[in-house]
Amino acid sequence: MPYLSPDETTAILLSLKIASIAILASLPLAIFVAWLLARRQFPGKSLLNIIVHLPLVMPPVVTGYLLLIGFGRRGPFGEALEACCGVVLSFRWTGAALAAAVMSFPLTVRAIRLSLESVDRKLEDAAATLGAAPIFVFLTVTLPLALPGVLAGAVIGFAKALGEFGATITFVSNIPGETQTIASAIYSSTQTPGADATTLRLTLIAIVIAAGALALSEYFARKVASGAGRA
Amino acid sequence: MSLDITVHSTLGDFTLDVEAKLDGPLSVLVGPSGSGKSTLLNVIAGLTWPRSGRVTFGDEVWFDSGRNLFVKPHLRRIGYVFQEGRLLPHLSVRSNLKFSRWFRRGNGPGPQLDDIVELLDIGHLLDRSPRNLSGGERQRCALARALLAAPSLLLMDEPLAALDEARREDVLPYIESVRDRYRIPIVYVTHSSDEAERLGDEIVSMRQGRIEKIERRARA
Repeated sequence: MPYLSPDETTAILLSLKIASIAILASLPLAIFVAWLLARRQFPGKSLLNIIVHLPLVMPPVVTGYLLLIGFGRRGPFGEALEACCGVVLSFRWTGAALAAAVMSFPLTVRAIRLSLESVDRKLEDAAATLGAAPIFVFLTVTLPLALPGVLAGAVIGFAKALGEFGATITFVSNIPGETQTIASAIYSSTQTPGADATTLRLTLIAIVIAAGALALSEYFARKVASGAGRA
Repeated sequence: MSLDITVHSTLGDFTLDVEAKLDGPLSVLVGPSGSGKSTLLNVIAGLTWPRSGRVTFGDEVWFDSGRNLFVKPHLRRIGYVFQEGRLLPHLSVRSNLKFSRWFRRGNGPGPQLDDIVELLDIGHLLDRSPRNLSGGERQRCALARALLAAPSLLLMDEPLAALDEARREDVLPYIESVRDRYRIPIVYVTHSSDEAERLGDEIVSMRQGRIEKIERRARA
């Protein structure tokens, strides 16, 4: 990338790393929560739905602040994590990944939930009559049929994670090489006199990545609409 | 076979109110649409959980509301042929058959794959996707899949209803040869009295969620 400065390259690569880890690590939980919301009836279901969607509607700075309280070095979860596994999140790229995962979670869950709802339950019944226990029905029938939606959810979540700014900067600050993502690098460059070229380059890259992810996600979503569960 | 069913269950404005003992070996549930025959079949399969009643097959209790007992469908060792086949669309025909062999439970060696493939004449279909089968082919594959689960009881829900007249005549002999070859008890749902006459050792007539009469007959 001849036109990018080393700092810009670092921010881009770091963003990709943070977003990838955030999605890969949160995807199993997202699938589980989506399945709960799509298929199970239980007390507290609407509360769970609200909690999952909160990061979508709360000011991101609030999410970041809550993460700081909970997962900072003095926070209850942060302290426990450091004591048991030696994992420190605050002011580290791992914390940025957590923030990105939380912020993208609602979008990922939404897409996966829709695709799970579109899977024909009669096929799951058929698999059960053949002797497959519920967990195997899920793994061999439901999940494969919902796969385009799962991929759509992962891609849209990835795009959201790449663009995350408010919660990340509140929780882990804006440290070049550690927590400075594309978004926070753009923010810094807008605050620096004479850095207009950097701002412009990073902005263009952010637009390209976001548009590409949206297109890919739309592609998978169309596959859900046309294919799922029809024999 | 000895299948004892007592069910009283209200679903919306439909009430299934049945007390019956089916002896088979091939029992046909016949009646107009809305008479509750498919619902009854789903009760036997465990796909519908009735409000109250008791279902036993041989010495196995599958459902007993009094003891709060309900055996899930995957543990009942049944085979089920659905009206629309319900082959898994993301798998080839061969994988559909393997799926069923893989998950089957007990019951000795069970029918052999090659045997069934030959009997139902589906060898040339094995590598196809279920999406590319004709109605008759699909139902034969669905029947093969149900048999490969090595079922103690085979349930068939209007397996010919989605086919046109000519295709029905093509598929019926396959059902007869399965009945004669494997001697698995069968509960067969249909709205066609022709099919009932042709296949049944026992014809159970249903209307509005109740059994009107059970008629035993010598096979032609």
